[in-house]
Amino acid sequence: MSALSALSSGETKGETFVINVGPQHPATHGVLRLKMTMDGEYITRAEPVCGYIHRMHEKMGENRTWAQFLPNTGRIDYLAAMAYSHAYVGAVERAAGIAAPPRAEYIRVITSELNRISSHLVWFGAFLLDLGGFTPLLYAFDDREKILDILEALTGSRLTYSYYRFGGVCNDVDDDFIRGTREFVAFMRPRMKMYHSLVTDNIILRKRLIGIGVISAEMCRQYGATGPVIRGSGVGYDVRKSEPYSVYRDLDFDVPVYPEGDCMARYLVRMEEMVQSLRIIEQALDKLPAGPVMASGVPRTLKPPAGDCCFAVEAARGRLLVRIVSDNKEMPYRVRLRTPSFCNLSLYEEASQGMMLPDALALLGSLDLVIPDIDR
Amino acid sequence: MKALLKEIGSGFHSLVTGMRITLGQFFKPQVTVHYPHETLKMPVRFRGHIELVRDPQTGKAICFACKACEKACPSDCIIVEGVKREGERRKSVTEFKLDFTKCSLCGSCVEACKSEAIRFSKDYNLASVSKEEFIMDLFKRLESEQPKPPQAQPEQSKEAA
Repeated sequence: MSALSALSSGETKGETFVINVGPQHPATHGVLRLKMTMDGEYITRAEPVCGYIHRMHEKMGENRTWAQFLPNTGRIDYLAAMAYSHAYVGAVERAAGIAAPPRAEYIRVITSELNRISSHLVWFGAFLLDLGGFTPLLYAFDDREKILDILEALTGSRLTYSYYRFGGVCNDVDDDFIRGTREFVAFMRPRMKMYHSLVTDNIILRKRLIGIGVISAEMCRQYGATGPVIRGSGVGYDVRKSEPYSVYRDLDFDVPVYPEGDCMARYLVRMEEMVQSLRIIEQALDKLPAGPVMASGVPRTLKPPAGDCCFAVEAARGRLLVRIVSDNKEMPYRVRLRTPSFCNLSLYEEASQGMMLPDALALLGSLDLVIPDIDR
Repeated sequence: MKALLKEIGSGFHSLVTGMRITLGQFFKPQVTVHYPHETLKMPVRFRGHIELVRDPQTGKAICFACKACEKACPSDCIIVEGVKREGERRKSVTEFKLDFTKCSLCGSCVEACKSEAIRFSKDYNLASVSKEEFIMDLFKRLESEQPKPPQAQPEQSKEAA
């Protein structure tokens, strides 16, 4: 109370007070609590408080069979569930020596990229909502709905797909899916132009993002930040290019990189990534080979030979690595998840020091955090 | 002074652009579905909670309590019991308990079932104030629906086609 009265009387020099940013309640999943020590409107220390939604996914992996862990992978980052299934399935396939047929690999790429666009659209809406603009959220969710409908018709679920299997995917795509996806790609291109003229060129947004929350490439390196955060700081690191998995080697796409390191750079990286994802989807649909979607001879109870295997994918928020250790039993010995949001959040404390509160919230939004992905 | 004028100009421009786009949206068809007055049709592959499938010939559940679904479930939410009646080749199910409070709708049980004895329901209106309502006995549910097998038959043949 005394701090508040000090603030209203303007005597803030050297005197700090603590405010809590963000609610914390188990029912409101996906919210982050920040303990901010403020000097007036300026932040002296912003400490993220994690662990409220920790569900022990890694431990759960150790007491269920290899296949039973698959539904869990959709629940770590609920906005980009496909990429998480991809990483886990890829790691197990690598350990067990299973190769998915080419049609399945192409379907995986198409669905993962659709999922990336839907994830970025949520970020777009939520980020602008954080900045105080309500209208773009409605447009973004309308477009995202189209992706969710396509994926729901294919997988049966709207968010937690659990669609990939060891050795392929569980359903083959039909003509409706291919037609619907092509229609979506054709629809989305002009929408991106609309977003740029409605939002990107808006002077209020530019004033709130340009030069705000600069993160250097060195800071990204120190904290292990990846994904659009590091690409917005001028480092062209993308797992799809650096260590290509699946069929990304055969597809032509660019990795958008902006050197400024401010919120605007991260914003533009994600907007450009959606366009590149559309390009990937279009090419993958053109190249989609015929054939089976499941490898033959995958045993019903999988027991990968003893050993240690890693598989990294580029999830919507950055590099996701799944490491599995097998001791030739029905259940994994260890499942380790290296999730991008955790590393991207780690740099927040250092990056937000000395910033004004509204700018720090813009920085927080530009990191595109998913809280279950931090705690997992 | 010049910079200020330029800023005012670009501010006015982004205002006009924004207004033009939102006004354009005003004349586009509505995308909202007015639930509950309107509802969406669930896709064929929609994963609701599971339900037992009736054999169109005998009118009884296909399930013979092999417990493959019980084993496949990652959350241990299925309990199946069956008895072998005299004169019958296979066991018949007597209890099929689904604890929907634990179910994560992953679909592993339907995938594990080799005789297509369970399928996903299209029911998504699942709200209740008591927990007990979500611990469902799917076998009892099937039995209570017994009086109208002629209605169930054309629906099944439609799905098969």
